[in-house]
Amino acid sequence: MKDERTTIGSGGTPGRGNRQTSPSAAARSLATGSPVKRSAAKPKKAAPPTPPPVTPPDGKKPRLRAVTDEDTAAAAAAEEAARSARTASPEPQSGGIPIDEILVAVVQAAQRVLGSDWESRVATLLATVRKRLSGVYEIDEFGFDPEIAAVLNAAVEPIAEKWFRLEVRGVENIPEEGGALLVANHSGTVPLDGLITGYAVKKYAGRDLRLLGADLVFSLPGVGQVARKVGATLACQEDAERLLTGGELAGVWPEGFKGIGKPFAERYKLQRFGRGGFVSAAMRAQVPIVPVSIVGAEEIYPLVGNVPSLARLLGLPYLPITPFFPLLGPLGLIPLPSKWIIEFGEPVRTDAYEPDAADDPMLLFNVTDQVRETIQQTLYELLVDRGNAFF
Amino acid sequence: MSRIVLVTGVAGSFAALVARRLADLGEDAGIGKVVGIDTILPDGDLGGVKFVRADIRTPVVGKVIAVEDVDTVVHLDVNPPQRGRAGGKELNVIGTMQLLAACQRSSTVGKLVLGSSAAVYGSSPRDPAMFKESLLARSGVRSGFPKDIVEVESYARGFSRRRPDVIITTIRAAQVLHPQIDTPLRNYFTNPILPSVLGFDPRLQFLALDDALEIFAQSVVHDRPGTFNAAGDGVVMLSQAARRLGKPLLPLPPFGFAAAARRLVRAMGSDIPPDLHRLLTFGRAVDTSALREIFGFELTRTSEQTFEDFRRSVRPGLMAVLGGRT
Repeated sequence: MKDERTTIGSGGTPGRGNRQTSPSAAARSLATGSPVKRSAAKPKKAAPPTPPPVTPPDGKKPRLRAVTDEDTAAAAAAEEAARSARTASPEPQSGGIPIDEILVAVVQAAQRVLGSDWESRVATLLATVRKRLSGVYEIDEFGFDPEIAAVLNAAVEPIAEKWFRLEVRGVENIPEEGGALLVANHSGTVPLDGLITGYAVKKYAGRDLRLLGADLVFSLPGVGQVARKVGATLACQEDAERLLTGGELAGVWPEGFKGIGKPFAERYKLQRFGRGGFVSAAMRAQVPIVPVSIVGAEEIYPLVGNVPSLARLLGLPYLPITPFFPLLGPLGLIPLPSKWIIEFGEPVRTDAYEPDAADDPMLLFNVTDQVRETIQQTLYELLVDRGNAFF
Repeated sequence: MSRIVLVTGVAGSFAALVARRLADLGEDAGIGKVVGIDTILPDGDLGGVKFVRADIRTPVVGKVIAVEDVDTVVHLDVNPPQRGRAGGKELNVIGTMQLLAACQRSSTVGKLVLGSSAAVYGSSPRDPAMFKESLLARSGVRSGFPKDIVEVESYARGFSRRRPDVIITTIRAAQVLHPQIDTPLRNYFTNPILPSVLGFDPRLQFLALDDALEIFAQSVVHDRPGTFNAAGDGVVMLSQAARRLGKPLLPLPPFGFAAAARRLVRAMGSDIPPDLHRLLTFGRAVDTSALREIFGFELTRTSEQTFEDFRRSVRPGLMAVLGGRT
């Protein structure tokens, strides 16, 4: 009976120990102070380096561990350690939440990620977030939002540079100012070539490429919304002319679904270039046509089959089967890492013709064929230059 | 010779203001008398406008034109119906038919100003970024109010063929956004939560009330034959509009959006016409260069400014503090 009582009660002193054993460390710090125990505790305390271990004054019970002197001392030590950029030394750990240490770590992380001027950068970031949330930002009448476009470009950069190892040629052929129509070959089952070309134009020529997309793009939820914000608009005469006369750089893929959804066996064989609408738009606006040859997009999703009936059911132009797509599920959606070359060719001038020449179908066919042939020849040359598609 | 102007639909908030504006212009602008006509009594004070309670769906309107010696007809308040689909169609389409029939008979009528709507262009993913007056709707005019307005315009074209001596001005106006003017988008934006279509962010345009009134006044006072788009310059995305108001968007799936959104809006004590959902999905923007160059009117407010004016007049939404705009 006596044993039990000594383990439960402890004769008025706090802590779990009986009178024979010394109380635990937690009990000691809770104690309002009996000089015997403190003296017993002192030599046991792990010695933090510089400041003397000051115990709380008698009668005043510390409530928060984090604000005791022990902790500030430990934090100061940690800060010093961090400043001298040493690896973590086996410093004695003190209990509680090391708020100061966390603060130091956050500051250091911010410095490492954002550079030395991190404070202004974070302020800019917050200002941007605030501006976006308040809705006070400029968009043009097409719905183009330059801030969203910049975000997209930043996201595409690693894909283009690291995954596709993009090589860009003939950047000098993109006019530095004024309208121009970029005409390119379309391929790759999923129109990534538009995205990558837009990125290349922005990065190497410093201009925004306004893509002209099929109506399917604008009827798909999510896709259409983003497409408008990054500057795309419907591929139609009115929009193309409006962009070009407004001095914008417009990009068009006149092969359309015939080009993008052609079987892998027919890769790099140009399809019909629409009905020459892009030439008439450029002629009316009197802007040059820049032929763009894209090599590499054909191999990203090799289209080996198609399910026309299911595609018709879903309202899509084709439903692709690639060597990996339905087979590996979502993994099959990862594009193959082919090597890309984008060459901007010499501009075809249209200002030599009268704007009325856009009504002459024969002339339109001739110019269309000229652009198409230029791209086809360049494609062959680039294919030879590139060698293996993947290595 | 001063004009005698007939304005239809003056019980509507916008048409009443147009009628009052015309009456205020008075003799100085060559307007002798303004007669307002509607089936129900107007809410507000019509000022110097003579009100005639008559139904334009009946031949009575011909008698009104004959008795008052009307020479200018301003056909307004062709509006999306608030109450029931059938009634709205009756008023919009049959009313226009009867009115134009009466005009055709009348020997005095020499000018028709038709307050049409940009809804005539429909709304679809195949739309060009900006509609010019010469373009036709690609899609989205098969039902509801857009179908009505297309029919109304086709009657007006038929009328112009039969009476080539009558000057016809058609104003295809975007929706007026003003706290006092009852338009579908105003009703939509006054809700605390804005239902939107998941995955779509439409471009919207608004017309300032003062600009709209001035355009109609000028088309009555001056002769401006033709069709003109009227909308504030630039566009406002729905997401941007919602953020400016500080109101949360509630994205609902596109399938069945119309019914769900209407139910939600009704639960919040307001109402939107069922055909607004197409506008909220694909949006629409019109080109106003003809208004500027041929009509000769400089719009004073852009769509964004019109929206800002509207925002100031409504209570800030739930999330206004996030953007720091209270």
